[in-house]
Amino acid sequence: MIGAALDILEQCGTPRVLYNDMPLGNPLGKPFDRSMHEATLRAALVLAAEAVAAGQVVETPYVWDALDEGEAWKKHFMWIDPNDPHKYLQMGEENRSKRLENKAKGLFRS
Amino acid sequence: MKIRYIDRTRDYYRAQGFKADYAWSTNDETPFTPLTKPLSECTVTFVTTAVVESDIPKPIRTAQHYDFASAPAQFFTEELSWDKVTTHTRDRSSYFPIEVLRSLEEEGVIGNIASRFHFVPTEYSQRLTIDQDAPAIADACTEDEVDIAILIPL
Repeated sequence: MIGAALDILEQCGTPRVLYNDMPLGNPLGKPFDRSMHEATLRAALVLAAEAVAAGQVVETPYVWDALDEGEAWKKHFMWIDPNDPHKYLQMGEENRSKRLENKAKGLFRS
Repeated sequence: MKIRYIDRTRDYYRAQGFKADYAWSTNDETPFTPLTKPLSECTVTFVTTAVVESDIPKPIRTAQHYDFASAPAQFFTEELSWDKVTTHTRDRSSYFPIEVLRSLEEEGVIGNIASRFHFVPTEYSQRLTIDQDAPAIADACTEDEVDIAILIPL
């Protein structure tokens, strides 16, 4: 697996992990950075070939933004605005309502 | 600093008023089979969570298999949970690097690309993943004589 959510991959147990410290959505690396994508895929294939035990993790050396030393981008995903709790409760209501609606329409797997 | 996605998602859904935290999969053992042939002789495929058929409603998506030749220039990614503040998915190669894989095939790094790649839905139910989606993909990979399946979730 090529992935960025390392804690989830380790929690669940993954045979081989090529860890790329990138935002979710771009596991191979920065958009349009072909050399990063190629290096990441090569590393994943080498891991597939050379791993000797389950759970091995290989980390690429890449960073999302070399100029962002504080890695400010890492705050964004599922960030909760402490000044607007109502927004999230509203999202939750919509989410639950949508699920009930889907269920009523027969849109579920069994 | 590595993002703690388990904590992040737990807190996010609690903020939405969900009472029960998601119980992540735990397994006593992780399966592992060492490769027994050179990489240069291997057949390789991708398993992606990016969507090909967006007209299938999300709650009823199941594992699917597609010819690599029919991979869309742009997969449908809007309904997936990725970092939409930091980045975008307009570059297919950043999540589905088929061009790179083709160049590695030409170079002889891998033996060949399988005829099909696979879609796996980001399914909340672990039972459905374990009982239906994963076996379907494993069977298809066996059919296609795949040696290495690279899972690349968004």
